[in-house]
Amino acid sequence: MTESRFTRIALRIGSALVLAFLYMPLLIIAIYAFNPSQIMDWPPRGFTLSWFGEAWGSRAVREAIINSLLAGLGATTLALVLGTLAALAVQRYAFFGRRTVSFLLVLPIALPGVVTGIALRTTFQTLGIDLGLFTIIVGHATFCVVIAYNNVLARLQRLPRTPEEASADLGADTFATFRRVTLPGMRTALISGGLLAFALSFDEIIVTNFTAGPGTQTIPLWLYFAMSRPTELPVVNVVAFVLVLVSIIPVYFAQRIGGETTVAR
Amino acid sequence: MADADVAAGTAPASRARRLATWLYRRPGVQPRLLLATPLGWLALAYIGSLVILLLNAFWDQNSLSGRVIPFSWTLESFERLVSNEVYRTIAVRTILVAAAVTLTDALLAFPIAYYMARIASPRTRRILVIAVVMPLWAAYIVKIYAWRTILQPGGFLEWMLAPLGITSPSRQEILPAYITLSYLWLPYMIIPIYTGLERLPSSLLEASADLGARAGMTFRRVVLPLVLPAVMAGSIFTFSLTLGDYLTVALVSNTKFIGNVIYDNSALGSLPLAAAYSLLPIVIMVAYLIVMRRLGAFESL
Amino acid sequence: MKTLRVGALAMTLGLVAAACGTSGPQGMLQELGDGEGELNLIIWAGYAERGDVDPAYDWVTPFEEETGCIVKTTEMTDSAQGVQLLQSGEYDGGSFSGNASVRLMAAGDVAPVNVELLENYDAVFEGLKNKSHNSLDGVPYGVPHGRGPNLLTYNTDVVTETPTSWDIIWENGGDYKGKISVYAFQDFIADAALHLMQKQPELGITNPYQLTQAQFDAAIDLLEQLDANDPVYWQTYSDQVSSYTSGEVVVGTSWQFQVNLLQGEDLPIEAVLPEEGSTGWSDTWMIAKNADHPNCMYMWMDHMMSAEANGQATVWFGEAPTSQAACDYAESIAPGHCEQTHATDEAYYSKIWYWSTPVEDCGDDDANTTCVTQEDWTQAWATITGG
Repeated sequence: MTESRFTRIALRIGSALVLAFLYMPLLIIAIYAFNPSQIMDWPPRGFTLSWFGEAWGSRAVREAIINSLLAGLGATTLALVLGTLAALAVQRYAFFGRRTVSFLLVLPIALPGVVTGIALRTTFQTLGIDLGLFTIIVGHATFCVVIAYNNVLARLQRLPRTPEEASADLGADTFATFRRVTLPGMRTALISGGLLAFALSFDEIIVTNFTAGPGTQTIPLWLYFAMSRPTELPVVNVVAFVLVLVSIIPVYFAQRIGGETTVAR
Repeated sequence: MADADVAAGTAPASRARRLATWLYRRPGVQPRLLLATPLGWLALAYIGSLVILLLNAFWDQNSLSGRVIPFSWTLESFERLVSNEVYRTIAVRTILVAAAVTLTDALLAFPIAYYMARIASPRTRRILVIAVVMPLWAAYIVKIYAWRTILQPGGFLEWMLAPLGITSPSRQEILPAYITLSYLWLPYMIIPIYTGLERLPSSLLEASADLGARAGMTFRRVVLPLVLPAVMAGSIFTFSLTLGDYLTVALVSNTKFIGNVIYDNSALGSLPLAAAYSLLPIVIMVAYLIVMRRLGAFESL
Repeated sequence: MKTLRVGALAMTLGLVAAACGTSGPQGMLQELGDGEGELNLIIWAGYAERGDVDPAYDWVTPFEEETGCIVKTTEMTDSAQGVQLLQSGEYDGGSFSGNASVRLMAAGDVAPVNVELLENYDAVFEGLKNKSHNSLDGVPYGVPHGRGPNLLTYNTDVVTETPTSWDIIWENGGDYKGKISVYAFQDFIADAALHLMQKQPELGITNPYQLTQAQFDAAIDLLEQLDANDPVYWQTYSDQVSSYTSGEVVVGTSWQFQVNLLQGEDLPIEAVLPEEGSTGWSDTWMIAKNADHPNCMYMWMDHMMSAEANGQATVWFGEAPTSQAACDYAESIAPGHCEQTHATDEAYYSKIWYWSTPVEDCGDDDANTTCVTQEDWTQAWATITGG
């Protein structure tokens, strides 16, 4: 290797600093979760566990979590179906405008969320569609499609075509081949793509803010509104801390699958 | 409905079989059917919405009620945007901060990405990859909230800097927004650079060394050019996400970005103005994506 | 009024309005029926508490039990969002400040309110009825939630002499450079205009929300002078609380709510209403034009004027109750509340200019004057704070 001893040490220190930078805010949130006061100055004014009970008892928080889970499931399902279809078309067939497809699909995450949000809301209003869980799901699916698409496409490119051809030779039709051969081959890609899409939807706030209807507050929206109210800050701290802890779950599963989780927001 | 059945394979066997045969004879139909749903969806839900929004940019508004008057064609919103200097200032500020965040993240990402890809043992590498990806899964709003508390007067940063005689940046400055945005998007830069460096064959570096190049020279002439597409791939995230952000900016500072003007105008101000101003980030991002695709950044995603 | 008719015509011709349709000549509910079992409200945070934060403050659960209307709420972060939410057509109504309510009435997004159907309306203080922010052509468009002024707030450790005038920020702001806390939204332009009303009578400002171009320019100049003193603009009240707590700011405009919070933490913060008066807010519960649950909305409006609900809600937010009965109830849970908020003191509130919407015809019958519109306010505000 070409790196000198000095370079190696410098790189090690640099890496440690970057990691510290990445984790410092999360650590601070963890500490504030046990802060008894609603005044958020540093250092915290004491230690208490009482806000955890308070957060657990909050109806608003519980409803928001349920809404977030439902929106995530809906958007993920929709995104997986649409993303897989698009990936199959792009990978299996040559047609005019093929390259434009990936470009189009990436637009919803590349363009500002506030633009997407206002655009969707204006449309829903014009068409007279009631805002609610359904519109949140539509909004989320719009930018989740590309995640599913990327994951499935990457897998299809590596999947050999021979088993499919063999299946066809043995008399299976297009659908049977898809069900018995192609789909199992894509399984882990679908799981990791779905996981990522779900996380993205669970996390989304900007488009949600424009597409949520009455009583369909998601957990990020709840946090957003509650953080501007001093009296609710202790509960906000607890919920924020729990969300940080929960984020370990998808990382764990992603590792278990060992799939190529494409980075994308 | 046909394409949905194709995907799910739920049609009765004989009909499905006949359909399969029909499709087999017409190879051009399959991709069209496959694409119809996702693209139809995208066209309806997304592109259609964008078009409706952009039409608003060319419409007038009732000054009392604030309601947009459809088909009342006018360029007034664009005239306002051009004639008032503040919109230029805000646009320039947003683009500069987006560029600064991108540069900062690239500089911060490189050492750790390099360490992960080329120095760390496979075990450490595995742990580091998880460690870098983990904060990405923590909620966006939670991370903003964390920085809000860190940066607030009397907060953690002030406490840290007090012994050094430095004051923590005020809400009135751009700095809090810049720091928070750099933090938020950093992992999006680390991962592609790491992937890019990992793909770099060791033999190339050895060859460069054998030919007499020093470490610095090898880095400049070999590593950097080969990793650049990865940096560009990362920059798609850091740049676009900063360019379009308004929530972070509003929650940690009083600065205005393009997104804030769009948001502020979307209901109480002027929707046509918001729509007209939206064109700017859209045009910038589409141009940016096209350039990045030309340069091959998409392959490094 | 001409603009209004032109606007109404334009809207009926337009796509969106045409799709909506109208219900009757006035769109006013004539008779109260049974509750529809559901109510969707747009609220300011803290305007519909169900005991989640403090079990002693719950005026939603009793309402649900009594009427069978299940309340769903969506909070707005600012008036802009409130308008946007209401226009989505999903809501039965909400609590709007004057900067949104005028626009909603003009746009026909809200319906006039038949106050005959509301038992508790009679008892409401006269000073809260038929104001420009809650009525149109003498027809009421809503019922009050509570009111309060934007107070001059200061840290007694730094500002040792009780200030009596807004001069402290507008004229002598340089003394507190970087330590002034002011409201981050465009309504703050009216605070500058209010100051000019006294300081420069030659400008002839009669209403700080309806300004001619010359008056408006003078107000903007004043704001730019203030901006040169690096004020800290507060967007949410938690921002302001932390600014005062840490000593980052020592003087500025604030609501009683933050003052109570800060005093509750034993901080040396006081607030006064300066001699020249102040801007303020008086929030109004309004019913959406095409409300799906109009009976529940009427019941809610009546409920929010009742002694118990109004007493609790106004104590919770540190604002003035809207009737003597509510005042008495408020005193029973928070002694001194009525006096502190000057609830019964009409002379006090006559000095308050409630948030309102700037309109082109200046909101008067004089056809010769034109005023700077809301869009110009938004643009000017962006220029001051965004530059």
